[in-house]
Amino acid sequence: MSEPLTEVTDADLDAIEIGAAILGTGGGGNPYIGKLRCREELKKGNIIKVIPLDELPDDALVVSLGGIGAPVVGIEKIEEGEECLRALRAVEREVGKTVDALISVEIGGANSMEPMLTAAQAGLPVVDGDGMGRAFPEMQMCTWSIYGHREAPAAMADEKGSIVVIRDTPDDVWLERIARSVVVTMGAAAGLASQPMRGEFVKRAAIPGTITQALKLGRAVLDAQANNVDPVQTVIDQENGKLLMTAKIVDLERHLKGGFAVGHLSLEGFDDFHGDTGRIDLQNEFLVFRRNDVVEACVPDLVVVLDSDTGLPITTEMLRYGQRVAVIGLPAHPLMRSPEALKVVGPAAFGYDDITFTPMDAS
Amino acid sequence: MFRIGVDVGGTNTDAVVMQGDQILSGVKSPTTQDVMSGVVDALERAIADAGINNSAITAVMIGTTHFTNAVVERRHIARTGAVRLCLPAAQCLPPMVDWPNDMREAVGNHYWMAKGGNEFDGRSISELDMAELDQIAAEIGEAGIDTLAITSVFSPVSDAMEQAAKARLAARLPGVDFTLSSEIGRLGILERENAAIMNASLRALSHHTVSAFGKALEKVGLSCPYYITQNDGTLMSRAFVQAYPVLTFASGPTNSMRGAAFLSGKSDAIVVDVGGTTTDVGALVKGFPRPASTTVDVGGVRTNFRMPDVFAIGLGGGTIVQGAGENLKIGPQSVGYRLAQEALVFGGDTLTTSDVAVGLGLADFGDKTALQDLPDAHLKAIKARTDNMLLNAVERMRVSADPIPVLAVGGGSILVPDRIGDLPVIRPEHFSVANAVGAAIGQISGEVDRIYSLESKSREEALSEARQDAEAKAVAAGANPETITLLDQEDVPLAYLPGNATRIRLKVVGEMNV
Repeated sequence: MSEPLTEVTDADLDAIEIGAAILGTGGGGNPYIGKLRCREELKKGNIIKVIPLDELPDDALVVSLGGIGAPVVGIEKIEEGEECLRALRAVEREVGKTVDALISVEIGGANSMEPMLTAAQAGLPVVDGDGMGRAFPEMQMCTWSIYGHREAPAAMADEKGSIVVIRDTPDDVWLERIARSVVVTMGAAAGLASQPMRGEFVKRAAIPGTITQALKLGRAVLDAQANNVDPVQTVIDQENGKLLMTAKIVDLERHLKGGFAVGHLSLEGFDDFHGDTGRIDLQNEFLVFRRNDVVEACVPDLVVVLDSDTGLPITTEMLRYGQRVAVIGLPAHPLMRSPEALKVVGPAAFGYDDITFTPMDAS
Repeated sequence: MFRIGVDVGGTNTDAVVMQGDQILSGVKSPTTQDVMSGVVDALERAIADAGINNSAITAVMIGTTHFTNAVVERRHIARTGAVRLCLPAAQCLPPMVDWPNDMREAVGNHYWMAKGGNEFDGRSISELDMAELDQIAAEIGEAGIDTLAITSVFSPVSDAMEQAAKARLAARLPGVDFTLSSEIGRLGILERENAAIMNASLRALSHHTVSAFGKALEKVGLSCPYYITQNDGTLMSRAFVQAYPVLTFASGPTNSMRGAAFLSGKSDAIVVDVGGTTTDVGALVKGFPRPASTTVDVGGVRTNFRMPDVFAIGLGGGTIVQGAGENLKIGPQSVGYRLAQEALVFGGDTLTTSDVAVGLGLADFGDKTALQDLPDAHLKAIKARTDNMLLNAVERMRVSADPIPVLAVGGGSILVPDRIGDLPVIRPEHFSVANAVGAAIGQISGEVDRIYSLESKSREEALSEARQDAEAKAVAAGANPETITLLDQEDVPLAYLPGNATRIRLKVVGEMNV
């Protein structure tokens, strides 16, 4: 796949679903429903055109969008279908400009699919890149916000036809708070589009090539399964990752804190890690991995939990006692590891004042 | 007081007669084309072997793969109408959108989406529109469809809309069968709706099958009540299975695991069920199969039933062995039911795992001299490999470092060594009819899976409310209230939702009221 990706077809969707779930590091919502929706758009004759990040004109206007809500609502109250499109149109009306391309705010999980299907509906291309390179629980944790773009004015649309425009906020943390309370009133599912960005900024701030990355990751897993090759090792090789532990989940604790599922899982190693203990802390996504009480990987690097046999990703909602898993670390993009980024997405931003971020590949 | 367990499998129909905890007889009989004559034969032989009088038999419990097979083979599927209460939500993915084409065609792809549905907190998405439902009723009548599945958004939280729509449609469509998704599945609308539609499509077959089982019992001269086993190891009354045939899906592995637990007296164990072609490995927790946590496909249709977590490997008594040394290849091909013709010890020319067991003196059947050209080292290498396959499968299902036993059942269980890793292997008596025993000992269950807000009540109050609902369901399904115990309870906090919303899944079981 040396040629840049210019279109996503039906044959790519299964792989992107798996790749996006891996990059979701346990959270981000299940991309299955988004995959089906993309498939329906393609059946209508719409196409998912992809524009490589470096081919984006400097003066192009790009809108970042995605679904906002609770993952469990997403699998029960499926969207009407054009929520993100209505949010996009509302932002265009608000700023009085026409948008040229869309981009995903978060490639990990369900929001990998939402911009692709909205792009198909709008007849716009989707940029091969995103604002996180993974999944994070809050909107200000994206590179647009970190590198100086302001999300407001942003628009939210629900399935009933309501549109809420958040015209201005002191910062993106307040935007996240207000949007969060709006989405609860809307029934915990809505589309959100934020203020257009210039192509020149997107080229600097986006994590590049992440649709291609999700596609390649998913294909690697599917090919490994088909050829009886170890899918876990395949994922590691593909992404320059590291096997952190093969282990069995021996304890699982989850509770609610500030609206997020917070908790940890305890691990007992097997194979090369026999005799080791491990622990993963989670807040919707997997945040910190420790082996024998030493931190070996933490946000913004990706802590990924895969089924040790199939290589398929396990989300925090699917975790259960006794599962045999492979914990792997994937390095975050340098844009997520800069001092500015670490203030927003580093361990301290999640309450780990005692952990200093050390890139997983540096040890 | 005697009870009979019957397991109608693809190859064999097994029957056991039990008195309390005693197994008086156990027989295997070939499954017949019409199914019922095989059941009659197995029942008659089991009763004769036990030497008891028909009138002393209080209940018959039947495990069957009939409904699973109907879906897998796309046979006996009725044209079905799917009504989803959701608008304006959810219209981008219509009912059956992710089904294989041939299954969608088998049910006719008739669907309607209408106003209705709830939010996560019980608010309405929109109110039901009676004129719209009347129009749908007219179209359903026009199409001549007589079985419907109604699915409303968040019906596991509130089933009022499904009930109200059913009442409206039923008044205009006399004689039509209704399946409500809230009575079958849990959160996840596509999977729950899929299960409801499949259930509706099997209602006619279910009526037919249940009455055919009734006739089989009548022919044998049994007038006692009979029950069908469901996929969680519990029993359904005949009225219940007529209404919810999909709940029988995957009851086969469940019965064999429950039977193994009973026969060995172990409630926490790994069960290894070795058949002719494959080995199913599952885990028993408190006497019940551990459920799978992911979605499970039935005939290519995605569902979120509570199915047993079973890991299958291509190793059985008829598995073909090829090559040697570096090139040694074991399975997954099997001679299957042709074992008695094709295996070396039976005069055939195919080396199978059963030949290896005979060659190593682990089993004694057929003509051992047919194996004299095979070096002992070769047989041992093959055995080491199959032992390792079993070890990996068992390790995969093991949930703790505790030295729980491995229970070996099924016709091919001679392949199982006396120890697997550090775990002892138990071969219970009557191991070959473990599945019929599992059916005979079925219990009645009640389950709740719902989101509770912990704003106005404590977690304990919510759990207690859930338990009362589950107990009421169990009693309605035929459980003796005095024997009900809690089997499983889990609460998962829901991210992003206010009011400390939590999802509680809870299940109780009780002895059958006989």
